[in-house]
Amino acid sequence: MSTVQSAPAQQGLSLQAPFAPGAPYEIDAERAQKLLAIALRRGGDAADLFAEFVVGGSLVLEETIVKSASRGVSVGVGIRVRRGMAAGYAYTEDLAWESLVRCAETAAQIAEGQGREVGPVGLKTHPERYRVAAPSILASGHDKRELLLRADAAARAADARVQRVEASLAESYREILIATSEGVFVRDIQPMMRFGVRAIAESGGKRQSGSSGGGGRFGMEYFAQPQKDAESHAREAVRLALAMLDAREAPAGEMEVVLGPGDSGILLHEAVGHGLEADFNRKGVSNYSGRIGTPVASALCTVVDRADLDHNRGSINVDDEGNVGTSTTLIENGILRGYLHDNFSASHFKLDPTGNGRRESFRATPLPRMTNTLLLAGPHDHDEIIRSVKKGIYAQRFGGGQVDIASGDFVFSLSEAYLIEDGKLTAPVKDVNLIGNGPDALSKVTMLGNNLEVSDGIWTCGKDGQSVPVGVGCPTIKIASMTVGGTAVQKG
Amino acid sequence: MDSTKLLELCDDVLGRLMAGGASDAKVVARTGQDLSVRVRLGEVELVEEAGTQSIAIRCFKGKRVATASTNDLTAAGLRRAVGDALELCDLAQEDPFAGLPDPAALASAYPDMRLYDPACGSITAGEAVERARRCEKASLDFDPRITNSEGGSFGRTQGGFVMATSGGFRGGYNGSYASVSTSPVAADEGGKNRTSGYWSAKRFLHQLEAEDAVGREAARRTVALLGARKVPTQEAPVIFDPDAARSLLGAFAGCVTGDAIYRRSSFLLDRLGETVASELVTLIDDPLLADGPGSRPFDGDGLLTRKNVVVERGVLKTWLLDTYGARKLGMASTGSAASATGSGAGVSNFYLAPGGVSAEALLRDTRRGLYVTGMMGFGFNAVTGDFSRGAYGYWVEDGALAFPVSEVTISLNFKELFASIDGVADDLEFKSGVASPTFRVAKMTIAGS
Repeated sequence: MSTVQSAPAQQGLSLQAPFAPGAPYEIDAERAQKLLAIALRRGGDAADLFAEFVVGGSLVLEETIVKSASRGVSVGVGIRVRRGMAAGYAYTEDLAWESLVRCAETAAQIAEGQGREVGPVGLKTHPERYRVAAPSILASGHDKRELLLRADAAARAADARVQRVEASLAESYREILIATSEGVFVRDIQPMMRFGVRAIAESGGKRQSGSSGGGGRFGMEYFAQPQKDAESHAREAVRLALAMLDAREAPAGEMEVVLGPGDSGILLHEAVGHGLEADFNRKGVSNYSGRIGTPVASALCTVVDRADLDHNRGSINVDDEGNVGTSTTLIENGILRGYLHDNFSASHFKLDPTGNGRRESFRATPLPRMTNTLLLAGPHDHDEIIRSVKKGIYAQRFGGGQVDIASGDFVFSLSEAYLIEDGKLTAPVKDVNLIGNGPDALSKVTMLGNNLEVSDGIWTCGKDGQSVPVGVGCPTIKIASMTVGGTAVQKG
Repeated sequence: MDSTKLLELCDDVLGRLMAGGASDAKVVARTGQDLSVRVRLGEVELVEEAGTQSIAIRCFKGKRVATASTNDLTAAGLRRAVGDALELCDLAQEDPFAGLPDPAALASAYPDMRLYDPACGSITAGEAVERARRCEKASLDFDPRITNSEGGSFGRTQGGFVMATSGGFRGGYNGSYASVSTSPVAADEGGKNRTSGYWSAKRFLHQLEAEDAVGREAARRTVALLGARKVPTQEAPVIFDPDAARSLLGAFAGCVTGDAIYRRSSFLLDRLGETVASELVTLIDDPLLADGPGSRPFDGDGLLTRKNVVVERGVLKTWLLDTYGARKLGMASTGSAASATGSGAGVSNFYLAPGGVSAEALLRDTRRGLYVTGMMGFGFNAVTGDFSRGAYGYWVEDGALAFPVSEVTISLNFKELFASIDGVADDLEFKSGVASPTFRVAKMTIAGS
């Protein structure tokens, strides 16, 4: 059997964007310049064009079979005109020239005045942070199906209490083109894949589920990394489901909390990250507004947002406004240093953009968004931190979180957590939420591990109805006091 | 594109799928016209306009299933989607339960549900800006403590939807939706800001709440949060206002679908016919509700929809089933297929039947407890029913709101939560597909200081 025949699902799959060079609806620098000139015909400060082509695919296994396979194509162009802090935006899914012109004219309605010239735009280069041998979407469908079947078999073999296994592979290939009236013309190709396994274990009338997953801007080489193969994720999902079978009621009230390395970066994302997105600060609605140069966290804490981590889920070469993604220090030794900017907020604060203008698709306008948000390592040993707690909670895995930007109050939900009693991890506790206030919680970071870990690529961040992939990371963190939302009220 | 043209497109794609080797197929086409605007402190922030169009395919080769979708409706784009669907069928494995519904079960005629208001589409960008401005201004003028705003918004969307299957189903309808909202901000002590947005959304423009009324309500909710604080950890009654209550119902709804049951991912597994909630609880899914946000004359399988009483006076009466889930469980579909191209059942208009008392009376009847107006986070485990979320609202003393509360969590397993609902008010209103009147849970764990 030849290799071509072993991959029937991928025969003839084209990843050429309709607006790419040589394609039927090619948008070259000259055409982009013409459209931007139409967009600025009634005036305005700046205009940009965003073209996007996405091929997404997924395979889903349940009940030991790959039940469905799917693929979707999405293509469109959005044109934006900025006038002061206002934007006119229109998008079209029809890439015919007349439709693009109409789109530019609609966006132009925001301005009313004299038109302005648009100079030539020229191709801009950018760093390469996620070059892959081949996007996973081009890999053999049979190989991918095999991965899911292997995960299923491994989970079932791991323990007789496993009753159900689900596995999925979701992947996408995103090509973007951005042209601006400031002369930028840039393309980027952003591959993404995410693998996940969920196991349900039942025993003695109790039932629990556990999940494990990962991915990033990888091709199939992701699975060749240590502990990232399908079987490892399957066994981890089973381990979690079994551990939680014995979970007891979680305590309720304020206590010491230790957050494990990696996934706990969700804390940073919610407690700090969103509040430092500059749109909220430009508008003065964040509880971090006007606090640059002042302490907002314990001196142990240094928080950075890094778009430049190789192959990470939140990494970007360029943002969706054509700016190169950067590393931005948000908090340095507890002192607030800066915000995450898009073009709007950067021009408001008279700063350079930080390359954080991101959007879900051409159907939405960019907003300041995080990429990979990390709390850097501290001086303490992980075991030393656990030993220092007399009574508290150790949180290892998380379901997600949410923040109220105005007040800074945030929650995040634990999917794997244990009681700490006299410096030792004891019983697992049921699903529970932690709640706190951003600056307050971070000021109570009293110990910080020397073990920075970046979470595997599973996180998606939502803001104003737009989802974008992000990464998080942190070392072991001890917070002196946080409210644990369990059901077991301590008497007396 | 009008619905005749959309149906022609579906038929064309269906023909190509069948000619290409499909044994059965379903094709859905959608179009939309959207306008949304946002103003902040009176100034226009965003005016966004767009037209959308897409098709989605569900394709069968015997018992193998694949789906494909595209918004590229050029000849090449359609060819690609058809090719994708046919190819991917070969990758999927045989599922003995897969297949279209029995043609005899299909809806051949269905009611006009009045889901479309032509007036919606007539709102221009300029008028939309004026409506958003009016809404925001009413919030800013309401109280001097309102000092800032996250902005006021107005949006409208209209869309066409048609579906055709090789089993002989042909149908479609148009829908519309308009919404107005604003989020004023008030400065609180300790560098905190407080905001509580309020919104109105309806299928018919004339049913929208007046913009200034929405603005005033948003402002009233925002200033009411000033000075919010934690309360000590304790067990106490908890009242959920309609906005908070509907998110509990949404989580419950996810546990009564056939999919959740055959996946053994519901705390309600094996409970059919049993008492799962208090006598005061009757939960209904009604796709036929006039003007309902989630109303639909036929479901994603092409079956006629019907009102389903899921829980009647506390007793679990039925799952919500699509054709596939029904086959898996050896039952009959309840006309609840949520998606035309995916698989799975879902709610249409899912609500808790209103009780006989006013929300005010329920409050007066509560000596002390927590009155929740909003929740945060994702703390629900459908498999076990364990529930724990962040909450804010007011503390209740002697039947009246005493002071605002924030930064607490509320927890209780859903089995006990729904069993201990001891008061349901009469203030049911449909703003989205899941709706609830105010209700009270006799006792929950509140974690605070």
